[in-house]
Amino acid sequence: MNFYLLTLIKAGVVALVLLTSLAYLQWAERKILAHIQLRQGPYRVGPHGLLQPLADVIKLMTKEDLLPPYVNRFFYPFAPFLAVMLSLIAIAVIPFGPEVSVFGQRTLMQLTDLGFGVLFLLAISSLSVYAVALGGWASNNKYSLLGSLRASAQMISYELPLAMAVVAPLLMANSLSLREIGEAQAGFYLGFIPRWFVFQWPAPQVIGFLIFLVAAFAETNRLPFDLPEAENELVAGFHTEFSSMKFAAFFMAEYSNMITITAFATLLFLGAWHPPFPAGWGSDYVPVLVFLTAAAVSLYHGLNPARGRDRRSLPVVSLAFFAVGIAFGVPLLQTYLTPVFWFAAKTGAILFLFMWVRGTLPRFRYDQLMGFTWKFLFPLSVANLLFTGLVVALSGE
Amino acid sequence: MTSLTAVPLSWYLTLSVILFVLGVTGFVIRRNLITAFMCIELMLNGVNLSFVAFSYELKQVDGHIYSFFVMVVAAAEAAVGLAIILAVFRSRQTLLSDEVNSMKL
Amino acid sequence: MDLILFLTFAFVAVACAINLVLQTHPISSALSLVGVMGSLAVLYLLLGGEFIAAAQIIVYAGAIMVLFVFVIMLLNAEGEPVAMGPKLSRTLGIPLIVALAGLLAFIVHRVLPPGAGVAFGKFTGGTALDVGRKLFTDYVLPFEVTSILILIAILGAVVLARKEIH
Repeated sequence: MNFYLLTLIKAGVVALVLLTSLAYLQWAERKILAHIQLRQGPYRVGPHGLLQPLADVIKLMTKEDLLPPYVNRFFYPFAPFLAVMLSLIAIAVIPFGPEVSVFGQRTLMQLTDLGFGVLFLLAISSLSVYAVALGGWASNNKYSLLGSLRASAQMISYELPLAMAVVAPLLMANSLSLREIGEAQAGFYLGFIPRWFVFQWPAPQVIGFLIFLVAAFAETNRLPFDLPEAENELVAGFHTEFSSMKFAAFFMAEYSNMITITAFATLLFLGAWHPPFPAGWGSDYVPVLVFLTAAAVSLYHGLNPARGRDRRSLPVVSLAFFAVGIAFGVPLLQTYLTPVFWFAAKTGAILFLFMWVRGTLPRFRYDQLMGFTWKFLFPLSVANLLFTGLVVALSGE
Repeated sequence: MTSLTAVPLSWYLTLSVILFVLGVTGFVIRRNLITAFMCIELMLNGVNLSFVAFSYELKQVDGHIYSFFVMVVAAAEAAVGLAIILAVFRSRQTLLSDEVNSMKL
Repeated sequence: MDLILFLTFAFVAVACAINLVLQTHPISSALSLVGVMGSLAVLYLLLGGEFIAAAQIIVYAGAIMVLFVFVIMLLNAEGEPVAMGPKLSRTLGIPLIVALAGLLAFIVHRVLPPGAGVAFGKFTGGTALDVGRKLFTDYVLPFEVTSILILIAILGAVVLARKEIH
């Protein structure tokens, strides 16, 4: 098959999967927050609220799209456009699996393998400060301006420990290409400990991973670092004056940034698409087991329903899980699906951590936030980098 | 095929000249201190382009390294220059170079 | 393909530069400068400088220009009123600029030796590996000196921008 046609198909698949997971990430966040707060979350629209994202999209699209007369005419529509464009571009360099052959042509499970993929992701995160700064300034509203200036100052300050935490695994991978970083984490020590960078000898990157996670929380403006968009502090921060589609654009950009940065964390620290125990111990059948268990659980709840509606919808869900579980078991599809499953499982685990923290921790005050990065996180990340460099140089790699 | 679509190096250098001259023009005619400063950055960018272009021509990486140093110095200069502009604004309440015209505070 | 890419991004760069010079409000000028830097980053990629292109976006467009945008927003800068100079300078201005640009371009064309032109992929020595190797062996002294320069700049900026407490 032609290279261009294959790339177009890959781009289409990635875009479709990304946009769907954005919508369902929002559903998952609302459900997880609700259960942490001992309530139920979206429940009525579709089985267990699964059609809630669709309802939200319809609402946002049919709302009146205001252009207030006091805003800057060019930058007011430009800021959400920039936010969405930057957050969707970043997915182009993320690899989801090893090199596979599709219909006889060898291709990467990645849209493009840049030789400087890590620098590309850092560049995109540097540029996304503009969307926030311009959004607040163009709104001609003092609360928006304050919120956007705080958010941009926070984002630039936390880019420093983020970049330093990124450099340490690069010393062990010897490459800036995200594919090679993923492939450098293949294999197992002693037959069962995975060679992920968070465990890799000579310098296990545990501290680096924690620094990256904290910086990731601040880069995406999530709790506990979300003072710039806190509802009870600054009205709604920098997106106060935006309505309907422009607000949806900022929202989408925030979730897309979360997915990108957790995928980046998985690639750098948690071993990309490699399973936690060898294939010889059955790691290829873990996805099959997971989906068949999900099918059994939903079938059980469908047969003993809590509500009348569940009697009709849950068996269908159970059938869907069963079909996916069987698909993971087919050896032909396993080469494509299993790496993607492990990658998605690790990214999903970190995203669950993001939502768990949002439901649990209180918010930092702005001066505490800035003091934390400049006085603690940045020196710690530099120390981590120096230690890793020393150890790697001494071990003679 | 490459000779049909290859871009002559002089075109890159002409672009560098155009950016530099636009930077000089902007620096001379703009009165706002911050905009004049941005025209200096435009001049530096034009020079960076010619460094990288010559680095391609000589097939060496030294031009990239000089360009990198220019960027670092531009960062330091921007930090100190903007701090000076902030201090001027605080004491004279204006950003126009025409009105910063007496040595007496 | 190289020709189309070069012409497109050169045109964008020159358009953004003219916009920078002609706009009244500093924010529009700042964002036009970001546009210039972005198109220059693409031109660096065409010239084989992948590290320098990434550094341009990360450092120049993503940090220095953000600083400019911050200061403009903090100082609440307004558009400057158009100032009309004396009639002589207004009539001679544009021809003199064009003459200067023409002179420099002419000198460049005369002095430059004929070469094969720029094709994407002919120069692969601009990776981070090559830049890093040169930077830490041949150019390690300027590297250390610039790090001290940055330290001095940080100190200077903090001292200058501090509020005076009487």
